[in-house]
Formats: sequence, C-alpha cells, structure tokens
Amino acid sequence: MSLRLLPKSFIYLLLLVGALAVAFPLLYTLSTSLMTEAESAVYPPPLLPETINLANFLKVIETIPVLRFIANSAIVSCAIMIGQVLTSALAAYAFAFLRFPGKTLLFSLFLATMMVPWEVIMIPNYLTIRSLNWLDSYQGLIVPFLATAFGTFLLRQTFLSLPKELFEAARVDGCGHVRTFLSMVLPLSVPGLATLGVYSFLNNWNMYLWPLLTTNREEMRTVQIGIGMLQFEEMNSWNLILSGVLLMLLPSLLLLALGLKPLVRGITAGALKG
Amino acid sequence: MEKEFTLSPPSTPITPPANEMESARERKRTSIRKIRRREITLAYACLAPSLLLFGAFLFYPLLKSVYLSLFLTDPQGRVAEFVGFGNFKDILSSDMFYKSFGNTLMFMLLTVPTGIAAALFFAALTHNKLTGMKIFRFIFSLPMAVSVGTGSMIWMILYHPTLGMLNYMLSLAGLGPVQWLTDPKWAMISIAIMTVWMNLGFNYILMLSGIQGVSEDIYDSARIDGSGPLRTFFRITMPLISPTLFFTLVVSIIGAFQAFGQINILTKGGPMNSTNVIVYNIYQDAFINFRFGIGSAQALILFVIILTLTLLQFKFVERRVHYQ
Repeated sequence: MSLRLLPKSFIYLLLLVGALAVAFPLLYTLSTSLMTEAESAVYPPPLLPETINLANFLKVIETIPVLRFIANSAIVSCAIMIGQVLTSALAAYAFAFLRFPGKTLLFSLFLATMMVPWEVIMIPNYLTIRSLNWLDSYQGLIVPFLATAFGTFLLRQTFLSLPKELFEAARVDGCGHVRTFLSMVLPLSVPGLATLGVYSFLNNWNMYLWPLLTTNREEMRTVQIGIGMLQFEEMNSWNLILSGVLLMLLPSLLLLALGLKPLVRGITAGALKG
Repeated sequence: MEKEFTLSPPSTPITPPANEMESARERKRTSIRKIRRREITLAYACLAPSLLLFGAFLFYPLLKSVYLSLFLTDPQGRVAEFVGFGNFKDILSSDMFYKSFGNTLMFMLLTVPTGIAAALFFAALTHNKLTGMKIFRFIFSLPMAVSVGTGSMIWMILYHPTLGMLNYMLSLAGLGPVQWLTDPKWAMISIAIMTVWMNLGFNYILMLSGIQGVSEDIYDSARIDGSGPLRTFFRITMPLISPTLFFTLVVSIIGAFQAFGQINILTKGGPMNSTNVIVYNIYQDAFINFRFGIGSAQALILFVIILTLTLLQFKFVERRVHYQ
C-alpha cells in the first residue's frame, strides 16, 4: 500500500487511535459487563471495574432466557447457512458447467432477484407464512431464506476459476457430473464455500425485521429480538444489559475470528470479477 | 459394440456395409442426444431448489405486492376493496411520505460517504507488512459481528443523556451535554454515527480485499518513480480499486434505504418524526396499523426509488470505474 511510505511510528499512531475508537463501544461493553450494579450506576462512569465480577452473566441467564435465544439463533442461522450453501452450490454448478436451454434467461432472472429489496416482498411473505401456520416456528424463520442469488454468483465465480483441464480429463475417464460435483468441484472450492458460509451465517444471525414480524412467543425469539427484553426487564442495570449483550455477541465474534480470512479473500471475488 | 464385431462374418471387408455404418451413426446420435437430454434434466434438477424457493418467496410475493397495492385490506390481510391507484395517490400526496423520504436521503448522505471513507482509510492503513497488522485488521472488522440488535443496545447506553459515556466525554472536553436521541436536530446524526460504526466491519473487509487485489509491482514502480504516499494513493490505488469502491457504493446506498432496526430500537422514528425513514413508515402502516395495501404500495415506491438510484449509478458513476 502506498501509505506504507509514511513513517512507521505515524502509521502506528493512526492505527492505535482508529482501533481505539472502533473498539471503544465493545471494550466499554466488556468492561461494564464485569462491573457490579453499584459501579455501573455511578457518575462519572468508571472506565474499568474494580474487581472482575462474573455474577452478572449468571444473573442475566436467570432473568431472561438468553441461552434459549442463542440456541434459536444458532439453529436458524446454521440451517439457513447449510441450505444456502447447498442450493447455491447446485445452481452454480448448473450455471458453470452444464449446457441447457434458457440458461441466459435464468441467469438474468437470478441476477434480477438481487435487485428486489426485502421490504417489497415482506408483507406477502408474512401473509404466506401466517396462512401456512408457520408463525412462531423454525420453518417460518428458515424456509424463505434458503435460496440466495448472491451465493449462486459467488460460487459460480469460484467454480469457473477452477482449472478446466481437470474436468476434461475426468470426463474422458468417464466421470459423470454427479461424481465430478461431489468429488472434485466441491472439495476444490472449499475457500469459496467457506466465504459464503461465514457471510451467510453472520447475515442470518443479524437478521432483525423478519424475526420481529414472525415471532411472538418468548421461546421462539432470536437473539436480535430477545435482546430488546433486556431493555424492559433491567432498564437500570447497565451491567446486566451489557453482559447479556456480550453473551449474545460471543457466537458471531467467534465466527468472525475464525472466518475473517475466507471473508477478506473471497467476498469481492464473486461480486466484482464477472 | 463388441457384439457387432463378433457377429460380422470373417469375409466382410474392413469397412462395414453402408447400412450398418448408418445405424451405428444413428446409435451414436441417439446416445449423444440421450447424454444431452440427461445433462439438461440434471441442470434443471440443480436449479429446481433455488427456482422453487425464489418462486414461492420472491416472485410470487412480488406479484402479490403489486396486487395488494391496488386494494384496501382488512386487518387479516384479505383484500376488501379495489381502489386502483388510490393508495399510491394517498402516499404521494401525504406530507409524511415526503418527510420520510427526506429523512432517508439525509440518512444516506450522512452514512454512505463517511462509511466508505472511514473503511478505505483503515484498509489503506492496515495494508502493509508491519507487525501486529493481523490484530488491527481484526479490530477494524469487529463491527461486522455486531448486529443491529446488539449494536443498538450498546449505543443506547452510550447515548444516555445524563449518565452516558459520550456526554461524560463531552463534559471532559468542556462541552455541554447533547440530547443524542431526543433532540430532533441530533437524533438522525446519532443514528448515523451508530450506523457508520456498525457497517464499518463489512465495508472495511470489502476495501481490504480490494486493495489486496492490486499487484505489489505497481507500488514498487510508483515508489521507484518517486511518487509520494498520498499521490500514489489517489492516483494509483483509488483508480485500481474503483470496482470495489463502486460495488460498495451501490450496496451501501441500497442498505441505507433499508435501514430499520436501529431506528426501531433507538428512536421509534421520533422525536417529531425526525428519524422516520421509509422502511419504518412501511412497517408502521403494515404491521402496526395493519394497512397492508398502503404498506405494499409504499414498498413498491421504495423499490422504484432503489432501482432508479442503482440504474443512475450504473449509468453515470460506473463510467469512471476502471475495470482491469
């Protein structure tokens, strides 16, 4: 990068200030979640807790069903992630390797779906889910999201970048499409599949409006909706609210730590290198 | 094939008779046709899951939205009365719609340029081989893990008018407290600050992967030619990552028009409708007042706005994008 031509110490200074500003809300969350109620309520607000106090986490788990929310979000996010990887890998294989009439048309149809904002189809989808009696159910939270045009593009680009000679050789050896797909294309595309997996999981974990519309019962709430309960149950104990927030953040933080590399490497590949 | 040879009498010439050749060709043709047909079947089978899901949860609802927008509905979502373009007329003549449209534009202007600039700045700073870059890259992508629900809760506490950290910091700097979420002049700015922070992770990841895609040789030759850091950045890096920048711009603008969660949690559209954006308005009409028809009509207007903006960007901004 060009900015590396700046003096090192200056770069570090800028980085430290920037990192502190970006991480501040999260550090504040961590710090407050470890405080006692008395500490978190004093003014001026202390930056660090006097002692590390883990009791908040237990208390918040007792007060609201945090673990249930996390489990719900995990079930929904994993199911959608697996479904999206499957449906888009299949569709991407067809677009990348198979010849069939209507290919261009169908491909543009997939492209067009990316242009439709979710809000436009939200009302009819809500009515559909309600008429299927799927409100407050896992299938209501999962099924509408199982197909993704973005994922199909991303994987199509990944598949097309695999060496063609390999597949020609396999075909000459009598390897059919199903075997090519399962034993060659998928294993060779693990980085692309990982990118889609991480991206999809984080997106689903963070979904807000749809679970807000389709879940009412407490035991079906996901993290994003359940978190609102903290606001009402424990309005004045910031240490409890923020320890709940931290618990709900942990799974996606963990995934980000593990999945940052495939994300950085792969996210623009599908979108840009048409 | 084998059978053919064993059956042919030893006296036959090496080239088989014409009719046999014809039938072999015929067989070959039918087997090719069979393979083709199998390939086509396989292709449609591969596409079927996606197509079925898109059909049921995207194309059908899209058409149904158009249908609903022409009717008044009862609270159950059943159509009650055909009103033609009445819903659209109502929306386009209501002050609230223009207010929410203006708010959405303001929100876009406050979040998109700042969000992209901040992400680009941090991506440029962390693209080097200095020690500790891994940690900084992780920190700058951290907000990607923060969702609208958790993020809003954290900022709600930071924004607290009397006990919040931000007002405390302002007081340290000798400034008076700001009513972040309850002052109509500040509420949208507060929502925007929180949104820029929340979106920073994803934008940063996009920018970083764009910058990493630029070949090292180019920087080396720029340095040899005596190009300074800023000049190299604006004259070389920026044009080379313009596809990433353009993609981020399009995605960010679409995202800005869809903002909802942080507004629902932090301000509920208030104070005095100063943060009432289009999607929040749709949500209220459809799911608080159960007016699905007018909600659908508004959603379609949103669709047209987003589509127009995206097409305009492709027409006027993409010209300046430098694809390799």
